[in-house]
Amino acid sequence: MVLIPTASQTVGPFLHIGMNELNTNEIVGDGERIAITGRILDGEGQPVPDAVLEFWQANAHGKYAHPEDQQNKPLETGFTGFARIPTDTGGGFRLSTVKPGPVPARTGGVQAPHILIGVMARGLLARLVTRIYFSDEAANAADPVLALVAAERRATLIARREDGKDRRYVWDIRLRGEGETVFFEC
Amino acid sequence: MYDLPGYRRPPAGTQPNLVHPPYRSTMTRAPALPLVPLPTTLSEITGPLFGHTQVRPKDSDLTVHHAGAPLGERIVVTGRVLDADGRPVPNTLIEVWQANAGGRYRHPVDQREAVPLDPNFTGAGRAATDADGAYRFTTIKPGAYAWRNHHNAWRPAHIHFSLFGPSFLTRIVTQMYFPGDPLLALDPIVMGIPDERGRQSMIARFDLDATVPDVALGYRFDIVLRCRDATPREDGTGWS
Ligand SMILES: [Fe+2]
Repeated sequence: MVLIPTASQTVGPFLHIGMNELNTNEIVGDGERIAITGRILDGEGQPVPDAVLEFWQANAHGKYAHPEDQQNKPLETGFTGFARIPTDTGGGFRLSTVKPGPVPARTGGVQAPHILIGVMARGLLARLVTRIYFSDEAANAADPVLALVAAERRATLIARREDGKDRRYVWDIRLRGEGETVFFEC
Repeated sequence: MYDLPGYRRPPAGTQPNLVHPPYRSTMTRAPALPLVPLPTTLSEITGPLFGHTQVRPKDSDLTVHHAGAPLGERIVVTGRVLDADGRPVPNTLIEVWQANAGGRYRHPVDQREAVPLDPNFTGAGRAATDADGAYRFTTIKPGAYAWRNHHNAWRPAHIHFSLFGPSFLTRIVTQMYFPGDPLLALDPIVMGIPDERGRQSMIARFDLDATVPDVALGYRFDIVLRCRDATPREDGTGWS
């Protein structure tokens, strides 16, 4: 039997009514604590205050909290790898998490540390999928996913390490227009 | 090495176009550039797993959260969550939200004062599917909702559904509609899906068997999530 997957629709402007109980801006786990802050902007440069972002990542060893990940790597109790954050009135968000480790690539080798992001909002008829990489990772140069992206657009996927002794990164999303973030079909 | 079977893509046209000019906000918010095809990796094949531990039985009855009963036509919405091969998707979380019987949302952005809030209705619910993929909500039928997309614009009555499924790629948010609603064909959000089969996938059907005599009308709404290929995809999108 082959069924047609149910079609996607926008979350609309009232998503907060039903999408709230899983909300958290913190992923707990062992390893190096980092913060990622940013804003979502639309095609006119206006902040998007009614979006929701979902984050999915591996732990510091590069292990996902999911049965499909059969790697022989440690997985600490309490690590979920998931966060859901509605944007604030200025279109901003702040995620506190552990820096993910490298995870296996599809045909050997590894992918550079990254976090998957789903973006949902009024005006988006389907979820957008993108990735965050880290500007201070040498492994980016050999990452097979970044290699699929035109060189001039790769920077949209890379969170910028800020100066200072705490590990803080800045990563903005531009939904449309100048500097448009790369979104994936997957 | 993780050369994994990917997820089958839905037939062309059965999912919405991101840019759909009649739905005005797509013109400022939807990407103008093409999406970049991404072969499935371990990152996408995994995903957050939410199920029974997230819900209490009362969460699936939207009519029992206040001192009194909400106004409106009481309904049961029930169905199964399946993958595209017809296999049930057990123990997966469903989140729903909706307007009240008059079409007003309990949300600060909805300021349509011509339509009152119902003190006995919040409009949020949650359930997890059972071993057979089945779920069931009790609620009231939401009213149609006026919005500002164009002159005299009305959203057909709908319930928002959010599901996770077994991986990052099965995540979907959709809206459930009611059969026979004349607003469906006029709605830019529904009509953002080019293929009629995609639009039909969101419309519940009236089901007398799901009706609770003397209490609530029954609607059946099955939800189909993407499923994996049997073998790794050989479509040239892989890297070497
Ligand atoms: Fe709605």
